[in-house]
Amino acid sequence: MTIAENRPLPVVEALDEDEARRARARRIEGIAKWALPVVMMVLAIAGWAWIVAANDIPHYILPGPGRVWASLVEDWGMLLDAAYLTGWITLLALLLAVVGGAGLAILFNQSKMLELSFYPYAVILQVTPVVSIAPLIFIYVDSKIAGMLLCAWIVAFFPVLSSTTLGLNSVDHNLRDLFRIYGASRWQKLRYLQLPSALPYFLGGLKIAGGLSLIGAVVAELVAGTGGIGSGLAFRIQEAGYRLNIARMFAALSLVAAMGVFIFAALSIFSHLLLRKWHESALKREG
Amino acid sequence: MSALRRPTLPLGERPPLLQMQAVDKVFGGTVVALKDMNLVVNQGDFISLLGPSGCGKSTALRIISDLLHPTRGKVIWEGDHGIGDLGVVFQEPTLMPWATVAQNVWLPYRLRGKTYNAVKDEVLEALRLVALENFLNAYPRELSGGMKMRVSIARAMVTNPRLILMDEPFAALDEITRHKLNNDLLRLKDKIGCTVIFVTHSVFESVFLSDRIVVMAARPGRVLQELRVDAPYPRGEEFRTSAEYAAHTRAASGALKEAMGELA
Repeated sequence: MTIAENRPLPVVEALDEDEARRARARRIEGIAKWALPVVMMVLAIAGWAWIVAANDIPHYILPGPGRVWASLVEDWGMLLDAAYLTGWITLLALLLAVVGGAGLAILFNQSKMLELSFYPYAVILQVTPVVSIAPLIFIYVDSKIAGMLLCAWIVAFFPVLSSTTLGLNSVDHNLRDLFRIYGASRWQKLRYLQLPSALPYFLGGLKIAGGLSLIGAVVAELVAGTGGIGSGLAFRIQEAGYRLNIARMFAALSLVAAMGVFIFAALSIFSHLLLRKWHESALKREG
Repeated sequence: MSALRRPTLPLGERPPLLQMQAVDKVFGGTVVALKDMNLVVNQGDFISLLGPSGCGKSTALRIISDLLHPTRGKVIWEGDHGIGDLGVVFQEPTLMPWATVAQNVWLPYRLRGKTYNAVKDEVLEALRLVALENFLNAYPRELSGGMKMRVSIARAMVTNPRLILMDEPFAALDEITRHKLNNDLLRLKDKIGCTVIFVTHSVFESVFLSDRIVVMAARPGRVLQELRVDAPYPRGEEFRTSAEYAAHTRAASGALKEAMGELA
């Protein structure tokens, strides 16, 4: 057996016209990918400032970007504390969603009876809007933190559950046969075949769950209201609203948005690191 | 695995390895996939199951590999039969994309609780046989179709099984790669002396590779006749262009036509 096909093609220095055009397009796209959003942002902020100034809009109706920035700087300590709390609730909820969602998916996968018994109720929990469940939760759960976690978890666990379930069932049927022929135990099949097959699906669900756990945490804060330790970002938005401190509302809102972007980016990087060696989604193709 | 090379005796002198006795397979109570199949597989045989789609070739392989249970009849192995006696190659390479070449070939041992270090030599040897020993740490996506298939063959051979089942392994490859892999397969078989049952649609492939061609017909799936290709191994390009090869091909084509309900 020769391995002629494995030899790399000779590298030619000269680029032909097509190659040069493609390289140029790639370079331009590479710059545009971050430059365009930045330009759009600057334009939007400038437009916003102009509208506020040109129409003399009072700051308790719509503050200009300068005033929002000032509020961000001025209230930084308080906002940071609030962001810290909201961030913790979100992260903990996400962690519980991963453990609960993936754990349930594995249990359902191992026992059809369990799946038939409980899957419909997982769906019901998911399709009932969390805003309508949250007040009840805070009646029965004494600890604010636990209540908030529960709210955020209810929203976040389902995508992990459903996509992991799909992944565990999407094993290549020939590989499944091969494992049977080689006498693999149930545990070996799970460990060496189903879990790796399910990984890309799980990570897809995780990305959605990241955003949802933030939504869940914000909703929970709004419902939990002022009592006790309620001083997360959503609570600060509400509170600033009552005081007509619109600039602080915007400042807190921008932190919530930044947190969402951060979670999404972090999970995307995490997913890329896990899949880059072998999965189609992480591969770069030539041409 | 290299130590366990089994000598291949001439046709007719080989001890039996396994028998299918009057095997029927009926799906859903009505579809007869296999009717009264009798087959004696001897040690060192290279058997091709040749026939049109729906003649039960793959069903027969699945019954031998215990993935399906026969509706009637039975499969009897000579001597002790256990996991590791069987290697399988499917039509697709069926590699785990998340595992490296070496990890894929390790799999049959890994599922028997052997660590990689314990069977490293065997894995290396199997990969050397398919000339991929320099690709231990490559991922399947980095390999061409033919190379992936060679990894799959290395995995089937790594435990030095008594029987290797191949279900149209080269059907999806281009003609040039297929010829090359056919040559390689014969060289491998000569080296390790295993027994092979090879399912194929191709008359040419079956004549080139096997010493026994079992021609099957469809509806219901059944064995129609058996042809012997007594040309000696090793076979190479000179066999592919010989008059003997042409004669066997003609005979096998005739049998296949008959199997498809046309007059030879």
